[in-house]
Order: sequence, then C-alpha cells, then structure tokens
Amino acid sequence: MSTATLNYPKPQKPWRPKQRDLVPTYLGVIATLLGTWALVEFTGLAGKLGAFGAAVLCTTVVSTFLAGRSRGKQAAKNAAVASLITSLALLAMFPVISILGTVLVRGTKGLYTGFFTTDMGLASVNDPLNVGGILHAIVGTFLMIVIATVISVPLGISTAIYLTEIRGPGSRLIRFLVQAMSGVPSIVAGLFIYSAIITGSGRGFNGLWGALALAILMLPTVARTAEEVLLLIAEDLREAGLALGATQWRTVAMVVVPAAKSGLITAMILGIARIAGETAPLLFTTGGGDATNLNPVDGVMGSIPFAIWKALISGSAESNARAWASILVLLVLVMILFFSARRLGKARR
Amino acid sequence: MAEKQIPAPRTITTKPRTSDKIFRGVIFAGALSSLVILAAIAIFLGLRGFEILAREGLSFVTGYEWFSSINSDGTAGEDPSVYGIGAMLIGTIVTALIAVAIGVPIAIAAALYLNFYSPNAIKGFLVGVIDLMAAFPSILFGLWGFNILMPSGEYWAKLLHKYLGWIPLFDVSTPFFSRSPFIAGLVLAIMIIPIVTSIAREVFSQTPLDRIQAAYALGATKWTMIRAVVLPFGYSGVVGGAMLGLGRAMGETVAVFTVLNIIFQANFQILLGAGGNVASLIILKFGEASAEEIKALMAAGLMLFLLTLLVNMLADLLVNRTVKQGR
Repeated sequence: MSTATLNYPKPQKPWRPKQRDLVPTYLGVIATLLGTWALVEFTGLAGKLGAFGAAVLCTTVVSTFLAGRSRGKQAAKNAAVASLITSLALLAMFPVISILGTVLVRGTKGLYTGFFTTDMGLASVNDPLNVGGILHAIVGTFLMIVIATVISVPLGISTAIYLTEIRGPGSRLIRFLVQAMSGVPSIVAGLFIYSAIITGSGRGFNGLWGALALAILMLPTVARTAEEVLLLIAEDLREAGLALGATQWRTVAMVVVPAAKSGLITAMILGIARIAGETAPLLFTTGGGDATNLNPVDGVMGSIPFAIWKALISGSAESNARAWASILVLLVLVMILFFSARRLGKARR
Repeated sequence: MAEKQIPAPRTITTKPRTSDKIFRGVIFAGALSSLVILAAIAIFLGLRGFEILAREGLSFVTGYEWFSSINSDGTAGEDPSVYGIGAMLIGTIVTALIAVAIGVPIAIAAALYLNFYSPNAIKGFLVGVIDLMAAFPSILFGLWGFNILMPSGEYWAKLLHKYLGWIPLFDVSTPFFSRSPFIAGLVLAIMIIPIVTSIAREVFSQTPLDRIQAAYALGATKWTMIRAVVLPFGYSGVVGGAMLGLGRAMGETVAVFTVLNIIFQANFQILLGAGGNVASLIILKFGEASAEEIKALMAAGLMLFLLTLLVNMLADLLVNRTVKQGR
C-alpha cells in the first residue's frame, strides 16, 4: 500500500510584489544613496546635519517621483509630505541623542571615586580633577528637594482634591491659575523669595529659602498630575463609599486616595524631576556654598545645579570637566526619577 | 421588662458633618495656595520695584539705557542712574519668536508623525524620548548649547548670511556671528519642542474618529485627510501650544544666559552676536548690584512675570477650548 502523497498547492500570495515590481524601489534606494553622496560631496552641506538634510531631500524627491509615477498626483503629494514629516520628527530626536552622548563622553572624564565623598570647601576651581568633589552639592540638592516636597506635595494634592472631589466654588479659576502658574519662569520664583524674605531683612542666603523657591515651581506640576490621576478613579468607588455611609472626608481618605496612591507618587516624582535641575531660583536664594552644610536654616548651601553654574562661569579646563561630571550626576538623577515615574504610570494602567 | 424604645427617625439633612466641614476647609485653604502665591509674587516684586517704576515711568519699558551710578566705595554716584529694559524686552521677544519659528513646525511634524505615521512598535519609545527631553534641566541645555551647538550654529548663521544676506533680517553690520539671538533661539527651540509636541499630540488625538474615517471613505490620502480634518480641528489648540512654548522661551534664563551676548541696544539683525534678554539681564546684574539696582531688577522681574503670565493665560484658554471641544 503506497501512501498517497497529497499535493497541496503552495499557498498563493498574489498581493505580494513580484521581483519585477520591486525594481523601481531598488532603483529608488540606489538613487537616494547616490544623490545624498553627491550632495554632501559637491555642495556646502557639512557635518552630520548636512548629510541628514541631503538624505531627506533625496528621499523626498525619489519617493515623490515613484509614488507619482505609479499612482498619480495626489499620491505624490502624500508621499512628499510623509517623507517630510518623518524627517522633521527624526530631527526632533537629534538633540536628545547628541546631549546624552556628549554628557556621557565628557562627564565620565571628570569622575573619580572621591568625587562623591569630598566637597569643594578646600579645593579651588583650578585644582586637578582628583581633588574636590560635589558631596556638598549632592547633600544640598537632597535636603532642598526633601523640604520642597514636604511643602508642595500636600498643597498640590489638596488642590487636586479640591478640583476633583469637592468641586467647590472657584474650581475653574483655580484650575486656570494652576495652569498659569506652571508657566511662571523659574527666575521669577527666585526673585520673589529674594524680594519677600531676604532683601532688607538682614537674613542671609540659606537652603530653606532655596527650597521655598523650588516648592513654588513644584506645586503646579504636582497639582496638575495629581488632578489627572484622581480623575481616572472610577466614580463608582466614590459612590460606593458614600453609599456605605461614609462622610466625604472618609471616602476621600480611605477610598479615593489609596486607590490613586501610585499615581500620586508619580505626581510627586514628576514634581521632583521638575525641580532637581533648576538653577536660576537657587542663584538668588541659596548663596551656593562650597563646603558641606547639613543645616538648611543656617548658612549658604550648595546644590548640583549651582556647582555646575560655578564651574561653568569660572571657565578653566578643570572646572569645565567638573561641570560635565556634575551634569552627568544630575542627568542620571533626573533619568532615574523620570523612568521610575514612567514605570509607576504604566503599572497603573 | 421595659418596652423597647423605638428610636426617633433620623432627620435627613444635606448639611455636611463637622468632620466634612473641617476637611473642606483644609482642602480649600490648600487649593488657594496657587492664588496666594501668584498674588504674593506680583505684590512683593511690585513693592520692591515700585520706587524705580514710579521714577522712570514709561521709560522703564521703552528706554534702552541701563546705567547704575555707583562709586567704587559703594555709595551712590553723582550722575543720575538710568534704568530702561526696552532693549531687553525687544531681545526677549525676538529670541522667543525665533525659537517658536524654528521649534513649532518641528514639534507639529513630530506630533503628526507620532499620531498618524509612526509604527506602533516604536511609538511608545519615541514619546518617551520626547518626554525625557522635557525633563532635562535647563543648565544642561545651556552647557550643551554653548559647547556643541554654538560652533554649528555659527556655521549655519554664516551660510544664511552668505545666501540670504540681502534680506534685512539676515544681514549683519559686522561679521560677528558668535552668541547671537539666532543661536539662543536655536537652543530655546530645542527646549520648547517637547512641550509643544505633547500639547499638539493631545490636541490631534482629540480629532473625532468619525470625521477621519469619513475623509478616508471619500477617498482622501493620509495627507489630504490631515489637511482637511486634523489641522482645521486642532488649529487653535496648536496655536495655544505654540504660545505656551513662547511663554517658556521668554522666561528661560540659564540656557539663554550661557549662549547670548547681552548688549543694551535694540538689535533686529538676528545673526549678529548682540542680543537682549530680561531674565539674563537679571542674572548678569544681580551679582554686583547696588541696593537701588536690585530694586530696578525687581521691577524688571515683575515685567517678565506679567509678560509670561499674560502669554500663558492666553495659551491655556486656546488649548482648553480645543481639548474640550473634542470630548
């Protein structure tokens, strides 16, 4: 008995382009590459961006021509616009890559183990790179962030609760003001603290004033994010709480806020990320000391942005390297905050 | 056995309990914080700057001269001090407008790409990259702009001048291209791209789906659909986003200060290395300012605050209108 071999027909894919149909595409790719090379070689377009521009030009021309040849004028326009939009979107990514790369390359040069354990109290800006560090700045930034968080998170979350739970009079006005406040320039926050507290009172610069200025900048970020989070909490939960006989206060404290916990933490982290790198307000309020200072209410206090600022304006090669190393530390801090906020935000959905 | 007492029925009331009253009071007080802070900023800056504002009058805004008369020993000098931020205001607006002119088209394209073109696999990643850019501290943009962007920026400025120099905007009186408003505008453009992109993305994503599908059903290509449906719908929202970017660009301090050469004259030749900026002026003069000059700086800060507040409020109105309309 012989097994009959069934001859299944091979699956047909009539929509798949044949080799012959792909020829124009191949030719198009080759034409693009050639054209880009020629443009870079024979014109003034220099550097990475010049090459990018040439590639965009050639891709646009070729894809427009191909689409126009096979499918007419509207398709040609469509292809041209698609190519333009894609390349402009790519262009928006350029700075991020450049910034990350530069900071990594230049920042690692100034790093050494003592960088995190010593301060600049006894080191001058022109000292070699294995002397001095940013301990004072890390301590100062940490303390100021803690104080600013303690002030602005309760205020921000109560603003959000007022807007979403109580919805009392003036909700629209308050929402509008919070939005407007998030656009207040950071330098104005610093000037405000300086004008309200420091000038004319004989009080000196210290970390607390810096933290107050930062809290002003942090408040709208916390309030807006927290409001969005609280709006996502299902109305059923609130109604269930009220139906069980809870007062509004118990409903909010025992049901709504716990349900939104991770989102509220996200709001706090985003607020911290907003202020961690702020420089301008600290220039008017903290004085930017070089020695480690653990007391936020007495004496000048350093911070990472201020240390970068000082290193930047002093201008020597060593201080420049120190500035890049400090900004690497700051960037790592900001990125840790950013990615933990994103992770928390994803877990919520 | 005593007869069981039937309790009197509870009176039903809408009056909140004491605990709720306290709760609402506390939360309301917290919610007022933004109002209080904004008012306090205006009041304190106005109070400290009042003396200068009253003395200079309108010429504080229109004057181009900033001269603090002070002797070497710190006493006030004989010549009268003059404070005018006209050149700085013009410079602030010019650099911010350059930033908007460069940044907003890129941001709109990025938003369109993310909403309508990008493959789903990389969309989340690209959104993350743009959001990360928004989290970068401004001093990082300053440092990067000064060290990396400025040399290329000068090169492009020279190219622009060479080929488009016949346009008054791109003309320069002396060939000095470093630290120009153009370069400051470039840095600011990069800084406002994330916020404008995220607003434009939100506005575009509110476009009613039935209109999009109707356009496709009528035979529109992707671009004709965008032009006929998405752009008209999102127009005012995107304008609002651009204005929000303008407000950010006006208030930016550290990044501009590192890349801009501050000169006290009105300069409309954007490629020339001479510009003005209110925020940078404040940082520049703050270090060695006399008591009187500090007051003048407070007045300048008040002007900056009012200007950005105005721009931001207009922007928020426009954005809110569009976003609500779609829901």
